[in-house]
Amino acid sequence: MADTADSSGTPVLALSGVSKRFGAVQALSEVDLDVRAGEVVALVGDNGAGKSTLIKVIAGVGPPDSGTLTWEGRPVAVAKPHDAQALGIATVYQDLALCENLDVVANLFLGRELMRGIALDEVGMEKQATELLTTLSVKIPSVRIPVASLSGGQRQTVAISRSLLGDPKVVLLDEPTAALGVEQTAQVLDLIERLRDRGLGVIVISHNLDDVFAVADRIAVLRLGRNNGVFDRRTVSREDLLAAITGAIDNVVTRRQARKSGEDRGDQS
Amino acid sequence: MTDQPPGGGSGGVDPERPLDVPEPPVTPGGPEQPEPSGSVVPPSAAVSQVDPRLVMRQQGFGGYLSEFKRRVRGGELGSLPVIFGLIVIWIVFWSLNDRFLSAQNLSNLSVQIASTGLISVGIVFVLLLGEIDLSIGSVSGLAAALLAVLNINHGWGDLASIFAAMGVGLGIGLIQGFFFAKVGVPAFVVTLAGLIGWLGLQLYVLGDQGTINLRYGGTIHKLTSYYFDQVIVGYVIAAVLVGLYAVSRYLEYRRRRDAGLAVVPVQDLALRTGLLAVIAFVVAYVLNQWKGTPLALLIFLGFVIVGDIVLRRTRYGRQIYAVGGGIEAARRAGVNVSFIRISVFMICSMMAALGGVFAASRIVSAGQSTGSGDVLTNAIAAAVIGGTSLFGGRGSTYSALLGMLVIGSISSGMDLQSVNSSVKLMITGAVLLAAVVLDSVSRRSQKASGRA
Repeated sequence: MADTADSSGTPVLALSGVSKRFGAVQALSEVDLDVRAGEVVALVGDNGAGKSTLIKVIAGVGPPDSGTLTWEGRPVAVAKPHDAQALGIATVYQDLALCENLDVVANLFLGRELMRGIALDEVGMEKQATELLTTLSVKIPSVRIPVASLSGGQRQTVAISRSLLGDPKVVLLDEPTAALGVEQTAQVLDLIERLRDRGLGVIVISHNLDDVFAVADRIAVLRLGRNNGVFDRRTVSREDLLAAITGAIDNVVTRRQARKSGEDRGDQS
Repeated sequence: MTDQPPGGGSGGVDPERPLDVPEPPVTPGGPEQPEPSGSVVPPSAAVSQVDPRLVMRQQGFGGYLSEFKRRVRGGELGSLPVIFGLIVIWIVFWSLNDRFLSAQNLSNLSVQIASTGLISVGIVFVLLLGEIDLSIGSVSGLAAALLAVLNINHGWGDLASIFAAMGVGLGIGLIQGFFFAKVGVPAFVVTLAGLIGWLGLQLYVLGDQGTINLRYGGTIHKLTSYYFDQVIVGYVIAAVLVGLYAVSRYLEYRRRRDAGLAVVPVQDLALRTGLLAVIAFVVAYVLNQWKGTPLALLIFLGFVIVGDIVLRRTRYGRQIYAVGGGIEAARRAGVNVSFIRISVFMICSMMAALGGVFAASRIVSAGQSTGSGDVLTNAIAAAVIGGTSLFGGRGSTYSALLGMLVIGSISSGMDLQSVNSSVKLMITGAVLLAAVVLDSVSRRSQKASGRA
């Protein structure tokens, strides 16, 4: 990890010209995005801007119709979630991330269970799970109770902790703070910074600009399925960012002006 | 995670961690994290810290009682209702006719439940996915017909015929699983088509013979007619089972203790082992009062135990539960959902075929009615009565054993009373309904107390 920890080096993960279509809806058109090691990139945009679709493209859940993914400089195909996991991409989804009937340990290790011979290494898994949750200051009553009995916030922290077990290089977080209380939001933000300090690339989707300004290094804006600017957190103002997200440049006033100039040319709309 | 061994932590013991460190008491609220963001908290020695909000069982008998009350309220009944029901059923039938609890009747009962019980073990796997397989009766009938045709008409060996029948079961599961998992037809419809189609194939295979008698004294017949009549065999098997259970539980206890994890009290282990020992040796004693330990019962028990180990102790079993508990979460965790679905339907159909072999063995013939009638409903009912949820994600192969004991006991008890088969069907239906009601109600109260 240390050799790629240079945030000005080649991106760990780069997407270029990614397009995705659902029936009549062009969800993504020609989208570019990149993330370097030890960098937090926030992905923001209005509802339906294509953020979740883009995350699914990277995670291998919904492969793109066209465009390329480049992993550490070489083009790769991510057709299945397993491909993404094998590369070192961990994804934390907003919902549906955990099996409610399984306990916390089983959920943490689902898909990468520790084995002793052909049997599950329950003791090893429980030990690592407890250590991990302790390290991350995640507070849950017990690692052996079904996830169904945890609160929404506790489930989210379990889901995020889960992504760290596979020793990933890039972590995707889809609205990690959406369902959390104040204190748990702070914990998650701390957690994100800890990931960056460990040299991981982090892509965070968030609707909460406070969270975005708190942790992101760069802020990529999507609007109606297209790139609408990438901003440096230190230089961008909140107003500019909001304008890029909502397309405020394209507001009622500008449209009226455009219509007027059209009328001047005798063009009735 | 840089401070965890990535992936294969064999033994699960971190060499850098002192073992058996007494844990400091954790105050409510836990260790807060006042450090500036970005700092990594060193793993504390308190590996098995216990959240004060977690309701712990108190020591001693009072602890068991309060734990029991909490479980009943929370709908976590497990196999308690069915064991209680079984005791009631036995007492009722015994009071009506004291031959019900005779060694002969219980021994017959244990052989009688093997055939449908094996089918039920298979259906447990499918139910864990939250799916259903309606074709199991027809598949068992087809397997019995194939067994007879190959063995008698074509002169195949006994074992070869048995394995061929099971292989056909695997193939049928592959076909049905393919249509379900890859084509996306609901399992209900696929297996309903199978219910009709495989019955047709069964009739076709039998041709105009109708019924084919098997050889008395052959291996196929012996599956359900052989008894280990040496008294010692039953006791040795009981002792081995209890011993394996005790050793595996104790080793697990030692590993957990060495890893610094929370352990159940040793008295608890001793109590459970003692209970198992009493049951095992009483069963062995009763069976020895009649013809000895039946081979059929041992095979059935073997499949129940192996099935349970596969489900609870292997990665494959864990993935079955995961798919049953949240298909999207499982898929996103990298579980190959199609593979799990197809393989589970293959297991189910193979067990149905094996059940058909046992059914044929029991009546020493295979005919047009083998596998029809109440085989399908009894197999599903047994799994559900035993505590496997119809909604997926909860259950074990032991529910096939417990449920079959309930259904078999009712059936055998009513046979002793010479009850009309119309009444038998109605009562079996009522028991099934009661089990499903219990499943639904307990699921609801589990949701209310957050244990879906």
